[in-house]
Amino acid sequence: MIFESELKNGRFVVPECPKCQKLVWPPSESCPRCFGNVVWRTADEPGMLVEYSAKDGRLFCMVEFENSIRVMGALECDTAPVDGQKVKVLKCGFDGSPKFTFGLEK
Amino acid sequence: MNRVGIVGYSDTKFSSDDIPIESSMFSAVKELFGQTPNLAQKDIDAVLTSTNDNKKYLSPIISEMSGIAPKISHNVENLCNSGTNATVSAFSYIASGLADVALVVGAERFDSPGQVLEWDGSRGEFKHPIFWASMFTKAHKRKFGTTDEHLAYVSAKNHRNSLDNPTAYNPKKYTVEEVMNSKRITDDLRLLDCSRPCTGSSAILLASEKMAKKFTDVPVWISGIGQKTTSASFTKNDLTSIESTRLAAQDAFSMSKTSPQKIDVAEIHDAFTICELMVLEDMGFAQKGKAGQFVSDMYNTNDKKINPRGGLIGAGHPLGATGIAQVSEITRQLQGKAGKRQTENPKIGLVQNMSAAATSSTVLVLES
Repeated sequence: MIFESELKNGRFVVPECPKCQKLVWPPSESCPRCFGNVVWRTADEPGMLVEYSAKDGRLFCMVEFENSIRVMGALECDTAPVDGQKVKVLKCGFDGSPKFTFGLEK
Repeated sequence: MNRVGIVGYSDTKFSSDDIPIESSMFSAVKELFGQTPNLAQKDIDAVLTSTNDNKKYLSPIISEMSGIAPKISHNVENLCNSGTNATVSAFSYIASGLADVALVVGAERFDSPGQVLEWDGSRGEFKHPIFWASMFTKAHKRKFGTTDEHLAYVSAKNHRNSLDNPTAYNPKKYTVEEVMNSKRITDDLRLLDCSRPCTGSSAILLASEKMAKKFTDVPVWISGIGQKTTSASFTKNDLTSIESTRLAAQDAFSMSKTSPQKIDVAEIHDAFTICELMVLEDMGFAQKGKAGQFVSDMYNTNDKKINPRGGLIGAGHPLGATGIAQVSEITRQLQGKAGKRQTENPKIGLVQNMSAAATSSTVLVLES
């Protein structure tokens, strides 16, 4: 899937249905509404921090992009995060599963 | 639609045993035959197995091992609510007239591949259930002021209830303080906030009204069914509400013409402590944000109405067996045969079973 191959190149792309004009999530090659093929584009940033917690001192979180799609990833920050805070993608990749690292927007 | 009753059940000891899934299932079937008067192999029209195990052709294999040649035979897999999905399938075969008697047997091994849903890429690398449970917990704390103590009451109550359940995985009493001081797994969850995967099996026997009296004088009728799948992706959930359960419960209450106030005893899918609180709120047993107080009151009054066998936290969580063990428990309760953990004269019971970060739920209403 293009989502995974783009992540391997460090790019976070999201699928959008050109006919329905809606994002498709979780990522898929086809639209669940019309079954048409999606097109891939970069996600609009910043995202919004929905929730976070931590395991063994490492923060993990859920981030929402474009008031629509939500994804989980690691969170790197120097100050305590606040629910609803704007975040950006610091890095992304794919190693068996998608990997995202987010940071708080200054 | 034909009326469908539960006329037999069995549970095996939940454990860490490294045994083949077929052996685990066969143990439950053998015990069910031993406990069900007048049951012969030829009576059974349908055999449904329930597991996330990767073994193939399990229902015909269990049928073969048990001397049954059923008309209908297949496996049902839907992660953690496989068991109630299999129960609903068996109900449907009987209600439609395709079968009169159906055996449903569920089992899982401690190392089940069903514990993690690899498909859900929106979870990123955080696919283990502890991560979605932490998100639910943190969001509930933030919105409603739920505390670690509220969560601990769920675990303390269910562990205490499991002391009277001889098939429980690790029956042990914990105080609220001990739960709160157990090993920290994430910032929002402790070890004793979590159910544990284990090896175990359960079986139930369903029958049409015309066949039920052959096996028992006290059948328990399935009067309400609700099922809802909202997504396959955790990230589509509202983090403070379990929509799939809310909608499934509405349907189950509507079909059975009951309400939360009429439920005398219930089995709730407490995969994590936060799940019991959210489910109690979303099914209408407690007001939103108030389930913590509801559960602490139950703990302090030794009320066993919710999860009398210990729930998943107290009894263990062998995925494919869990929903069937829940049905088995409510049947036992409504028959007045629950021994030390018997609740007071229950007439109407409820089972709530869910899967994959609460994206799919089954709710059953049972009546004596």
